[in-house]
Amino acid sequence: MAILVNADTRLCIQGITGHQGSFHRGQMKDYGTKIVAGVSPGKGGKEVEGVPVFNTVAKARQETACNASIIFVPAPFCKDAAFEAIDAGIELVVLISEHIPVQDAMEIMAFARERGSTIVGPNTFGVITPGQCKVGIMPNRYYKPGEVGVVARSGTLSYQIVGDMTLNGIGQSTVVGLGGDRVVGCDFTDMLELFEEEPNTRAIVMIGEIGGSREEAAAKYIKEEMTKPVFAYIAGKSAPAGKRMGHAGAIIEGNRGTFESKVTSLEEAGVQVAQMPWQLVDMLKKDLSIK
Amino acid sequence: MKLYEYMAKELLGKNGIPVPRGEVAGSTSEAKQKTEEMDTPVAIKSQVLSGGRGKAGGIKFAEKPEEVSEAAEELLDMKIKGYKVDTILIEEKIRIDQELYLSIAIDPVNKKPVVIASKEGGVDIEEVPEDKIVKRYVDPKWGVDPYVSREILDELELDQIVSKQVTKIMKKIYDLFKNYDAELVEINPLVVSGEKVVAADAKINIDEDALFRHKDLPKISDKTELEKKVEEMGLSFVELDGDIAIMANGAGMAMTTLDVISYFGGSAANFLDAGGGASVELTKQALEVLLSTNPNAVLINIFGGITRCDDVASALIQVKNETGIPVPLVIRLMGTNDEKGVQMLKDNGITAYRMMDEAAKKVVELAKEGADVDGNIG
Repeated sequence: MAILVNADTRLCIQGITGHQGSFHRGQMKDYGTKIVAGVSPGKGGKEVEGVPVFNTVAKARQETACNASIIFVPAPFCKDAAFEAIDAGIELVVLISEHIPVQDAMEIMAFARERGSTIVGPNTFGVITPGQCKVGIMPNRYYKPGEVGVVARSGTLSYQIVGDMTLNGIGQSTVVGLGGDRVVGCDFTDMLELFEEEPNTRAIVMIGEIGGSREEAAAKYIKEEMTKPVFAYIAGKSAPAGKRMGHAGAIIEGNRGTFESKVTSLEEAGVQVAQMPWQLVDMLKKDLSIK
Repeated sequence: MKLYEYMAKELLGKNGIPVPRGEVAGSTSEAKQKTEEMDTPVAIKSQVLSGGRGKAGGIKFAEKPEEVSEAAEELLDMKIKGYKVDTILIEEKIRIDQELYLSIAIDPVNKKPVVIASKEGGVDIEEVPEDKIVKRYVDPKWGVDPYVSREILDELELDQIVSKQVTKIMKKIYDLFKNYDAELVEINPLVVSGEKVVAADAKINIDEDALFRHKDLPKISDKTELEKKVEEMGLSFVELDGDIAIMANGAGMAMTTLDVISYFGGSAANFLDAGGGASVELTKQALEVLLSTNPNAVLINIFGGITRCDDVASALIQVKNETGIPVPLVIRLMGTNDEKGVQMLKDNGITAYRMMDEAAKKVVELAKEGADVDGNIG
């Protein structure tokens, strides 16, 4: 059991013949992901290492019954690629690309809402259910099947924290990257809702950062709806206001999106917030009685 | 990307939204010459990319033509929040009967544009009480139809003649917001002057990621020279005021490194995200930039996923051999090919840590020693 992706996920790779697409096809295949189709306009009919390539997502879906798609195309073409996937009826669309114009992102989210597709990203490392399926660009070796759900806004920081968990014998049910942009498809709240329903997840780790109000919204949800324990770490305590800290979404504007507001609302909701990332492991161990 | 006020107003004007008549000048003599045919009184406004310009004395008024050059001279000498005033905007002064607030921004929670309007314009919107603000989310598919504006204006209870004009303006600024890939279009105040409605001040921010669609727009940057240089290399960089230079891979990791440094009592000189998978050459260049800022110590914090630790190690060794590293340098290497990287560094006399906390603690210690020796910090 897991959320979003599992051993039955049938993946299509949009941009399979490109530089990123072909590298990560290999990595995902090594992890055991069922890659059933690739899409590369003009290259339909070819094969890449046994994976059939189609000109359109609609055709790929028709021929292979793929139900998830990962998009590796340059940012200016992402709106078109995402619309194509949504229109073809793909249930889960993972948008890896960074620098997608924010108005394109809003249009993608509106169309996805209309058709019932789930969008992860943009500017995400993807989704992984350890031991079953990886739809993303995260390094394969830090993940271990287990009972802690992880949801993060940033890639490397989540590799660091998940790597720490794995090293200490704490496995993960699913790890999801929301993406570092201002407008992204899924929020913490959406993932908490799924993890709450997922019987094999015992606890959830949230890795947040300054900017926006997703963590505050999550805190409200946790207070009202969650029965499972939630742990959090928020990056950017020492970042100055008005500066974009690498991610488009990580910026304190006026008095919005501050570290303090996030930590306070989470703590008020009963979330244990770690001051430093390495403290999460000890908190988890204590709570899950892992020796 | 923030536009200067005069550019924002040019865009508004071009898109059919009334703005005051104005002239732009970059010198006192230009100001004098351009305002010769203008009616006084006028407002003379410094053009900088920071807010709070009025409070900082960046806006002046002139009743008579000869006062214009005097005010222009003063403003062109000013620095506001670190920004030097290079340009001024001289505008006809408009009679103010009422000041409104109108903006279109992006709401990340609803993932939609949001129209924000208020009868209480002229001040920062955050100072206006919630119950005086009308917010309306816009479906990106439909935009601001006239009925949407009517709903907003109905709540504001404006008079009929004004309402009609604001309805038109709302539609036009939404189109501008959409067509120019703006992140924010703000008119504050939107001034009611007799029977006319005029945009007296305006802010427009354009999405930098969409600039490829707007080749006609100028490139404006509020970054420091060094920030520009590093960003041209394709890395994300922000200058801060501490004494420990930092390089990390990934934005979240770089932010966390700042926090960890401060947890152990140090302070970061910058935020440098070397990104996923930076090459040896790029890593080397990034390191050279960091050293050029004369920090007391340098911390490199790498958790290699796509980034290969042996690449980081070889960049470091190259810099050490070619230019030397004049300050204490602490490196934390973990992840892809870390054993190889650590060994390479060891062979070249550089110790690498595996754990982030150990490395951070060490670099803070070394920076303090460095500061004592130089006598820079007490």
